[in-house]
Amino acid sequence: MDNRKLFVSSHAPYWHNGSSITEKSYNIMLAALPAVLLGIFQYGAPALAVVTFSISCAMIWELIMNFVMRRPVSIGDGNAAVIGLMLAMLLPAATPWWVVLIGTFLAIVVGKQIFGGIGCNPLNPALVAIAMIFLSWKGILNFDEALLNYELGFPMTYPLATLKYFGVEAVSEYGIGDLLMGCHTGGIGSTFGLGLILGGIYLILRGLIRWEIAISFLAGVFITALLFNVADPAAYASPAFHLFTGYTLIGAFFLATEDSSSPVNFIPMLIYGVLAGLLTVLIRNIGAMVDGVVFAILMLNLANPLLDKIRPKALGKEMENA
Amino acid sequence: MIKKPFFGFGKPKLDYAGIEGLEQGEVINIPFSGRAVFFVEAPHPTVSDVSFQVGDELKTGQNLKVSPFSRTTFTSTVTGSITDISKTSGYLGRKCLSVGIDVSEADQWDDAFSEAVKTPGLEKADQYLNTLPGISDINALIHPETPLNTIVVNGMDKDLLVMTQQMVVKTRADDLKEGIELLKKITGNPKVILIVPPNLSAEAAKSGVQVQTVTPSYPNSLPEMIMKDVLNQVVPAGKTCSSLGVGFIDAEGVAALKSAITEGKPPVTKMVSVIGKNEKTQVIRVRLGTPIHAVLSALHIPLEQGDRLVIGGPMTGRSIYSEEMPILQDTDAIMVQGKDQLAHNEDVPCVNCGECVRACPVRIPVNMLVRLLENSRYEEAAKDYDLLSCIECGICSYVCEARIPIFHYIMLGKYELTLMEKSEESANG
Repeated sequence: MDNRKLFVSSHAPYWHNGSSITEKSYNIMLAALPAVLLGIFQYGAPALAVVTFSISCAMIWELIMNFVMRRPVSIGDGNAAVIGLMLAMLLPAATPWWVVLIGTFLAIVVGKQIFGGIGCNPLNPALVAIAMIFLSWKGILNFDEALLNYELGFPMTYPLATLKYFGVEAVSEYGIGDLLMGCHTGGIGSTFGLGLILGGIYLILRGLIRWEIAISFLAGVFITALLFNVADPAAYASPAFHLFTGYTLIGAFFLATEDSSSPVNFIPMLIYGVLAGLLTVLIRNIGAMVDGVVFAILMLNLANPLLDKIRPKALGKEMENA
Repeated sequence: MIKKPFFGFGKPKLDYAGIEGLEQGEVINIPFSGRAVFFVEAPHPTVSDVSFQVGDELKTGQNLKVSPFSRTTFTSTVTGSITDISKTSGYLGRKCLSVGIDVSEADQWDDAFSEAVKTPGLEKADQYLNTLPGISDINALIHPETPLNTIVVNGMDKDLLVMTQQMVVKTRADDLKEGIELLKKITGNPKVILIVPPNLSAEAAKSGVQVQTVTPSYPNSLPEMIMKDVLNQVVPAGKTCSSLGVGFIDAEGVAALKSAITEGKPPVTKMVSVIGKNEKTQVIRVRLGTPIHAVLSALHIPLEQGDRLVIGGPMTGRSIYSEEMPILQDTDAIMVQGKDQLAHNEDVPCVNCGECVRACPVRIPVNMLVRLLENSRYEEAAKDYDLLSCIECGICSYVCEARIPIFHYIMLGKYELTLMEKSEESANG
């Protein structure tokens, strides 16, 4: 018995398709890179500082929580870094360091770890942090105020704020090309429309995000904005303007598609995306806030468990009371 | 190992290996080994009750009753003397007797079977056919609880890289034809359908029965999928195909039935696909009861400490801890994985990525199911999240990004539920 060979035993299957959480996190960061790099290129060192500080803080908060909660160290899966990066992409380049520190705390600890860590967060952690920062310090996420001292060769006013306070006439100076190429103000990583779209397409083609959510979110924004625009073109901006401004694109490809807080069944994904898009435009057009993406997605995150109850009948399931 | 392609969204694409991919085109015969082992299904074996003992001489084809109190019999496939009898347990708490035999060089055939096959209805032959490869219990076909209206002869292999049944369809088409006639005779003339992959439809047509081709994409050859795709019947969750009057037998079983009855010798050999570390398949013919190490050494497949040895294929096989385990009648394949090829599980909660929900062939909400199973809430899992609809294909674990052993949890859940049912039954008297 002593010289018997020992074999590794486990339950089937013995194959795996090779995907992993780590791979997914790194690919999401890779997909976000074009948009982030343009932001850093435009705003220089302060933007770089916000991005790097946010990622490192997020990872450190995660590590601290691992020790506090006596859980295995999980920063290797890259999820904390992704949350840090997402937060930085939403913040303006001139964000003070303490906001980043508190923001990452809110995202990692309040948004994710107190619920049990990866996979257990009911809301998108980066959006939890952004919403709390927005509600606590009004000036921080007011891009017109935060980016006052920059002059980058394009109108240094936040398009959605201009729309809200000066009407459709005032936003006619923003061309679709400018919006796509990042020639407008906003969060560090949320203005380069083309980069975000390319990143999103990359993630969809690689099967790393659920395309149903991204596409239906964009469709929801487009259709709702179109209806408003058709009803009164003088009061409401065109659907294209809504698609390429504010957090719409980063929301569609990077925020609404966060795994844990979004549905997985086909019809719920469509409802989730369309409703989030609808709510976004409702908040922008008739709500009090300038951008609606943050609260629209958070609201739908809350509806996710309910939505995901709409699911196909499993094979062989007998319906009760049918 | 089939990996996810670089660009790939939607369901994983897992195709069965076609017989053309065989490493060597022909069946390799594995020589006799000095020792054979049998596992005899025995619900409550007590070694002292067993009606044979160490030192008894057995002839090839001799049928033995396990104990005076049970109807279970087993047929020896070798000539030799019993060296050891011990209790052992298998997958899902299956209890067995393991009988070791010291094999003699020359076969001495027991002639009881050749007498039995001469009876017109073959009534006495049933008990000898329990070594029929490709079916675990021939009695379920001959004496079914629900009368059979259809028998599906499966000429497709149930797992990836396995080519055993395809090889039978390819090389033994004539035996298949006569075997199907015999099968009809002993099972009361039900409708017989032969299932084959498209590349073997020409060979299968020789059988003279209704042939259906099935797209060779996993898990299309599992019984529940055949029921759905070919017979347009849905097996209710928790029920079996036989409860709908449909019996399943592998092509090899049918071919072996023909040889056994025409030659008057019970089936003693089996075709087995051997999948080496290079993921290439060889098909061998081997005497039932031969220990796996004898097979591997005959094929020069090295097996070292830290490797994995699997009975069955990569998706649904069972990994074993000893190379002394024998080839049994349901051993369609043996797979060896090198220590550097192993896919390990991880201890991470479900991240809700939805890959399993997308991939599940029977539309189970696996993301919710696994949450309940991880917390031992099996009854809720069965009631609300379709645990019993699972057809046990293992694709959910294969695609799991968090590398949760989902298939393991599912089988544990099903097992725990059967235990609960049993204890309820015994409590109710």
